[in-house]
Amino acid sequence: MSAQHIAARRPGFMERERLQGFLDVFRLLGYRTLGPVVEEETIQWREVDTIDALPTGVHARQGAGEYHLEVQSDNRLFAWNHGPQAIKPLLFSAEETLWHERLMADGQVDIKQTLPEVKPTAIFGVRACDLAALALQDRHFLSQQNPDPHYRIRREALFLIGVDCAFSAATCFCTSTGDGPSLGEGFDIGMAELDDGYLAWGGSAKGGEIIDGLSLEPATEAQLNSMIQETDRAAAQQHRFLPGETELKQLYDKLNHGHWDEVGERCLSCGNCTAVCPTCFCYSTGYQRTLDGRSAEMKRQWDSCFSQTHSSMGQFMLRRETALRYRQWLTHKLAGWQEQFGRSGCVGCGRCITWCPVGIDLTQAVAALLDGGLADV
Amino acid sequence: MNRTKPKLAIHKFSSCDGCQLALLNLGESLLELPKYVDITHFAEAGPNNPNAKVDIALVEGSISTPDDIERIKQVRENSAYLIAIGACATTGGLQALANLADRDAWMAAVYARSDTIETLSSSTAISEHVKVDLELHGCPVNSQQVTAALADLLVGVKPVSERQPLCMECKRKGVVCTMVTKGEPCMGPVTRTGCGALCPSLGRACYSCYGPAETVNDGALAQRLQSLGLTTEAVARRFLFITSGAPPFRDAGLRLRPPPLETDE
Repeated sequence: MSAQHIAARRPGFMERERLQGFLDVFRLLGYRTLGPVVEEETIQWREVDTIDALPTGVHARQGAGEYHLEVQSDNRLFAWNHGPQAIKPLLFSAEETLWHERLMADGQVDIKQTLPEVKPTAIFGVRACDLAALALQDRHFLSQQNPDPHYRIRREALFLIGVDCAFSAATCFCTSTGDGPSLGEGFDIGMAELDDGYLAWGGSAKGGEIIDGLSLEPATEAQLNSMIQETDRAAAQQHRFLPGETELKQLYDKLNHGHWDEVGERCLSCGNCTAVCPTCFCYSTGYQRTLDGRSAEMKRQWDSCFSQTHSSMGQFMLRRETALRYRQWLTHKLAGWQEQFGRSGCVGCGRCITWCPVGIDLTQAVAALLDGGLADV
Repeated sequence: MNRTKPKLAIHKFSSCDGCQLALLNLGESLLELPKYVDITHFAEAGPNNPNAKVDIALVEGSISTPDDIERIKQVRENSAYLIAIGACATTGGLQALANLADRDAWMAAVYARSDTIETLSSSTAISEHVKVDLELHGCPVNSQQVTAALADLLVGVKPVSERQPLCMECKRKGVVCTMVTKGEPCMGPVTRTGCGALCPSLGRACYSCYGPAETVNDGALAQRLQSLGLTTEAVARRFLFITSGAPPFRDAGLRLRPPPLETDE
């Protein structure tokens, strides 16, 4: 964490006992409050009214194809690093109705857009990688020419309370993508968890107002040092990494590398990696009709570049083999996105490694593909 | 609208009747159905007219007797559009396990006199005997999928067949992966979706009653299941279970464990 970075935060200190009051502020302001809750042996975003619902001392042990929660003796509420999903499902809904069509008595078709009704929602405990991913999803779904109305309504209702990561999972590699473990930007309020409380600072005008209203004591030098040590520890715990963006572009020179087939042998083409990826945004649409034949709903649902239909044009299937689908995903995510969005589509959260049923590791794949220099192998 | 309603028949072949029960379980939409179609044959529900000409036939069950072969030809001839429903009609069903076993030994072990049993040497999918226009999978079939297909057909649209793996459905529904968190031997990555992720949403592993998904990498999944502690035999049994007649699963199972299935197991 740079000195400039710390200076910009100017955090105040909030004793552990004040956290419930801080949560209550959002409810009083009319927000639905979502936070991390242990459910089905993972960390999930759920409505929380009391900080007792938050996971005390819960750490997430993650590996390739493995996710287990462990309770340790510390009293940290944000020691887990992440669950199966970032905040993607709260914005880009996994299944939703886009519009409703009805055949009227006069033969005209009445089309009504169905927009989500959402309450203002404050999310506690958003991670730096989640926020980096959100910025990418915003670029995709909120493009000036064609903003997605469903995404936009949910996005505008969000208030984001980010937390620095004090611990990394074995699958994390955000230091190498530059997206964590300390919060960068994109949050309304930032927090860092220390042994005896929290440092908190505003990240947006509305976040700053709330922080000002709390009248926190400015953080001491010792507290600022602890804040740095916390994220330094998380960074030091990371052993996986991706090379820089210039090197990642060289994946395009490796289209005939033998490693694609090796991954293709192991890959189930199940789409789990794309579903848990906080930046993947592909979907399919289809009608759901009523029996009377007079009305229909246009449905949208998450799709994946690992599905056959996704790689089909009419009856022609573009990517028949799994190796080609994996190649499409990896090269698009890491190289293609740079042209499309100005940066790689990977934020280093490692979910694709954890939630792959057979534990395929994209950092290993990239290392194998880029090993041996630039020449096409 | 005064035009005649399309005619619908529901036929049963070698099966447990569970798919017909799934249709009976539809509740209100079952009562709504006769407003739009004329149900000419559905013996389990009442109408019994198996030889009527119809626009749409739903066929439950596999072909396992000489009589089944004659009947399915007749049904095909009488039906403009034929939908095979459920694991039996689409893959031969649970009873197709007999295709991999020593049939005579089993018959002798089960029946007092096997010469009174008239059966084919195999139980097979409807599509192996007549042209099938649409297959809806599952044991039993998901009745919502059936009504969705009927709703499409009634307005003249070709119904879409689900082919993606169950994992996509779990992720869309926010169901946590039982394999990654609990080491459950889940068949989801190779199984066709359509059930609504029923078993994983209850924390259980999928046992593949919908049969093979569009892409089946059985080798990679078998390796993973073995690393979770399953024996080769146990992995073979997960492929050779309800839809052992589906070629990708039959081949996967037989690669792991050659036939025949022994009677003493």
